[in-house]
Amino acid sequence: MMAGITKIDLARTGNEAMAYAMKQVNPDVVAAYPITPATEIVQLFAQYVADGEVDTEYVPVESEHSAMSACIGSSAAGARTMTGTSSQGLALMYEMCYIAAGLRLPIVMADVNRALSAPINIHCDHSDTMGMRDAGWIHIFSENAQEAYDNMLQAVRIAEHESVRLPVLVTTDGFIISHGMERVATLPDDEVKKFIGPFKPGTMLLDVAKPITVGALNFTDFYFEHRRALVDAQAASVAVIKQVGREFGQKYGTAYDCIEPYQLADAEYAIVALGSTCGTAKVVIDQLRAGGVKAGMLKIRVFRPFPAAEIAAALAGKKSVAVLDRSDVLGGFGGPVFTEVRSALYQKPNAPLLADYIYGLGGREIDMEMIGSVFAQLQDGTAKPDSVQYLGVRD
Amino acid sequence: MSLKKYQDLALGGNIERGGTAVDFKTGDWRSLKPVYKPENCIHCLFCWAYCPDSAVHVADGKMAGFDLDHCKGCGICAHECPGKKGAKAIVMEPEVK
Repeated sequence: MMAGITKIDLARTGNEAMAYAMKQVNPDVVAAYPITPATEIVQLFAQYVADGEVDTEYVPVESEHSAMSACIGSSAAGARTMTGTSSQGLALMYEMCYIAAGLRLPIVMADVNRALSAPINIHCDHSDTMGMRDAGWIHIFSENAQEAYDNMLQAVRIAEHESVRLPVLVTTDGFIISHGMERVATLPDDEVKKFIGPFKPGTMLLDVAKPITVGALNFTDFYFEHRRALVDAQAASVAVIKQVGREFGQKYGTAYDCIEPYQLADAEYAIVALGSTCGTAKVVIDQLRAGGVKAGMLKIRVFRPFPAAEIAAALAGKKSVAVLDRSDVLGGFGGPVFTEVRSALYQKPNAPLLADYIYGLGGREIDMEMIGSVFAQLQDGTAKPDSVQYLGVRD
Repeated sequence: MSLKKYQDLALGGNIERGGTAVDFKTGDWRSLKPVYKPENCIHCLFCWAYCPDSAVHVADGKMAGFDLDHCKGCGICAHECPGKKGAKAIVMEPEVK
């Protein structure tokens, strides 16, 4: 705890923590449509609106496509804008998500990771957000409710930074984080207000003194350049994500970065994972370490922009590494995290053996024994290079 | 004309001034063109009010011809024109005969 700032410990689920962060941000507009397991985020926020605890214009729309459309209109008008969704809802937003990024609108969205149909399922995997990994958004994964809260506050700063101006997606794992209650250390309202600062829109349709056109048609002569500018914005966000994460640490005690190594420096065997599984893996690693196994983990917090160089450097020299993918690329070569980590390591000196384990689809349990079995396969050589295995499926 | 590099473009492809629709000549889409018959015109300006492309010129409160750079030839003006004694002041004619 830093001098002068008293954190307030609250018992909160991931959804409650994200809704509470949104309340403290007090955005100008929230447009949303409820969906399991993210319903509570917008439901609790609607309650804050009804109780007069925020100044937000709340737009209850008729679909997620409309929710993101309304967010785009609101953000382009010059309003600080947030929303939340999950799974099929996010999939229904995909079309508009590309537009939000292309128009450089700093919308912040809470997504509770949930599997995509079919078969219909309401439980956790990362298929929904991986479906928009090319949309131009910044993607931040959370390991627990505390990180979800902290990430939501930082997302506002990152999205609105003048060298970024991109929408940011903050995710939690469906039910595991969204409905699991934890102790969450929260900041006082005025401290959040100070941390995020006033909104300075880059695009402001409602400024009648400066008329602008948003969303103009680009033909062969300009489209490529505007897409190229998005690449730079993603790249520029790296320094901002790091700076905001450092500042958060200096002020409130917990620093954040794009990746989080755990017992990785001297590790011989490592896993790469996202989200809540990292918490379980830390316990497994502690047990393995106690037994003399040099086990470690690389947690990817920021999936977009993908921290390729940092990942390659962090994994260089390891004997073997397993990527844990909580979604699959059907017809592809391994899960989305594997393919990108493998790409990051290709042609790098001292690249480790890399294997992919696809797990946890549709909320299938991942427990300590399963993570332990992955480490065992890394050690005994049954994890073959470039192999893609399905962990926990009946076969 | 040399076009701007990507680094020099406005945020998000925004166009940072107003009234830019006039720069985009849409008149070449036209297959029918409006032909003005001043002898039948009562200067009611229905054509001006209804034109979706602001392609009707008005001078001193009177109909003053068409902006054929932007007129798409939709024919709304001719449809709305009350004319004089049953004779239209605007008739649509094919661009290519």
